[in-house]
Amino acid sequence: MKKTMMGNYAASWGAQLARVQVIAAYPITPQTLIVEKLSDIVADGDLDAKFIKVESEHSAMAACIGASATGARAYTATSAQGLALMHEMLHWAGLARLPIVMTNVNRAMAPGWSIWADQNDSLSQRDTGWMQIYASSAQEILDSTLIAYKVSEKVLLPTLISFDAFFLSHTMEVVDMPDIELVDKYLPPYKPDYKMDVNDPRSFGALTDEQYYYEFRYKMQEAMDEAVDIIKEAGKEYEKITGRLYDLIHPYRCEDADMILVTSGTIADTTNVAVDELRAEGKKVGNLRIRVIRPYPKKEILEVVKGVKKLAVIDRNISPGYSGIFSQELKSALYNEVDIPVRSYIAGLGGRDVKIEDIKDMANDALKNDAPNDLIWKGVKL
Amino acid sequence: MIEIRMHGRGGQGAVKASFVLAEAAFQGGKYVQAFPRFGVERRGAPVEAFTRIDDKPVQIRSQIYYPDGVIVLDPTLIEVVDVTKGLKKGGWILINSNKKPDFFDFGDDYKVYTVDATEIAVQNRLGSRTAPIVNTAIVGAFAKLTGIVTIDAVFKGIDSSIPRFQEENKNAAKQAYDSIASG
Amino acid sequence: MVIKFQKNDKPVIITGAKDMPPMGAALGSMLQNKTGSWRNVRPIIDYDKCIKCFICWKVCPEPAIKIVDELPVIDYDYCKGCLMCAEECPKDAIDFEKEGK
Ligand code: SF4
Ligand code: SF4
Repeated sequence: MKKTMMGNYAASWGAQLARVQVIAAYPITPQTLIVEKLSDIVADGDLDAKFIKVESEHSAMAACIGASATGARAYTATSAQGLALMHEMLHWAGLARLPIVMTNVNRAMAPGWSIWADQNDSLSQRDTGWMQIYASSAQEILDSTLIAYKVSEKVLLPTLISFDAFFLSHTMEVVDMPDIELVDKYLPPYKPDYKMDVNDPRSFGALTDEQYYYEFRYKMQEAMDEAVDIIKEAGKEYEKITGRLYDLIHPYRCEDADMILVTSGTIADTTNVAVDELRAEGKKVGNLRIRVIRPYPKKEILEVVKGVKKLAVIDRNISPGYSGIFSQELKSALYNEVDIPVRSYIAGLGGRDVKIEDIKDMANDALKNDAPNDLIWKGVKL
Repeated sequence: MIEIRMHGRGGQGAVKASFVLAEAAFQGGKYVQAFPRFGVERRGAPVEAFTRIDDKPVQIRSQIYYPDGVIVLDPTLIEVVDVTKGLKKGGWILINSNKKPDFFDFGDDYKVYTVDATEIAVQNRLGSRTAPIVNTAIVGAFAKLTGIVTIDAVFKGIDSSIPRFQEENKNAAKQAYDSIASG
Repeated sequence: MVIKFQKNDKPVIITGAKDMPPMGAALGSMLQNKTGSWRNVRPIIDYDKCIKCFICWKVCPEPAIKIVDELPVIDYDYCKGCLMCAEECPKDAIDFEKEGK
């Protein structure tokens, strides 16, 4: 059924439809509405879940880890400083191979104190062993939550779903809620092979010497590799029940493009509109939205970009001392495979609006200049 | 696609008004997007909210800079903020006021409409006399002004987005629909 | 964009990175941020009831309460009307009224 809702509520309803069993969360702007709505949903009896109030984000993730280890479907949501506070527990959830799903509202790290969109919070958690999705619409937030549990529970890796503060979290739009019967068929209850069970005791997280730790890392990598195809399959299966297809990457008008813009998050949606305008001006430009950054869809990206003359990446994040993170990832994927110049732009940090004109400026700059460039500050006030 | 900017004061319900407007358009079969200006809201300070309405899903995810129309919930704002900023030539301005449209001088580039949403809200006991809730009256006036949504869609929008005093809200919308004045 | 700040009565004009401190520090003083304009209720101290415990002075988040001649005095240029002072006053010496309009 179609309804209007804010992006944050799409996350709450996604968790409700996934029939999560344990929710442990701590409020933080701009995530607060997600958890508020979920506590309403639980209190109203629309979801049979245990809602655990905790004293910090670190505890929220710890509670999710405990719940997931016993075989419960666990959910939490956070943002920025809250996600950073979880950092230790994120590694734990990853290495314990627990299929927790978490929503993160992308918000700039402080100081200067900011509550606005910026991807540095989640990208700082890139190496914790979580799969990472960047959503670009409220619909996708809801859908991704369901697909994420399906994938996570299959490959036994947690998933982080991130989306831009305010541009999605507080923006109301039309969302098609799938029927719960269809979702139940798509996402049956979680039945893990290994779980904490008093009737079948095992020890978890015990001392692991150098003879074995290495192999756990190897198995984690195997699971990530496997996840690429499983994400595709889970996406196709979801399409069968809803008509909406999600993949690791979403190319738009890339087939015959001379130059492709590489984007993520809400900037990607606006870029589609900019591409239409550029096309109308006779410029053969495409947009490649990276939806999943872990596992990194290297093969899929190369497939799309291989014939192209130039690439331009727009990053709403920065790894200080080097460059934008999506840009680094892209360049490492190209290396040894194809020789395409990449121009890398930083835009929209701390929630600065990235307008259609801004995207067209960057595209035109990239069309004009053939030399690769690792770091171009779009619109910095000097 | 049409883009609308709403001017109000913090606590006056501008954001809610942009949502109710979007809800009415959605009930009329449109795709919509509504959002506040992303700032820190302070009571009494000027605030803005935005609504986009289209026949296909809205993909632009930046704020609105060149609106087709502007709604002013509080006429005292006209002295404090430039409500016509970026307003497209030929665009409309809908003001909550008991004055006739020609009381306001915005030049020949724009079309001005007024509706006494405050009085309508008070008559229907929406909010209090000091803080009347004018959302639904404004949306009723908008329906008449633009023809983008029917008054029935506005009623449906009220049913699906406003939990209480639905009849009073519908009356307010209808009264505003019938009484909007054009310049 | 040009942002103007007053510092020691001299305007500081900030046009971009070159004018800004390296960290997220205040680009001027919060004294220039007259939070009194946010207020929609006005706290009023009844000095007949006041026992000079200065709890209000301590809890005011702005802080908009000063101690003048050993009495708490509200500076309405900065009082934002949050009423934490009234809430915490042990003698209920702080009442409030709605701001005009
Ligand atoms: S808290 Fe009340 S009693 Fe204490 S100093 Fe303030 S006004 Fe006086
Ligand atoms: S109302 Fe709030 S800001 Fe004003 S004096 Fe009391 S505590 Fe301070």
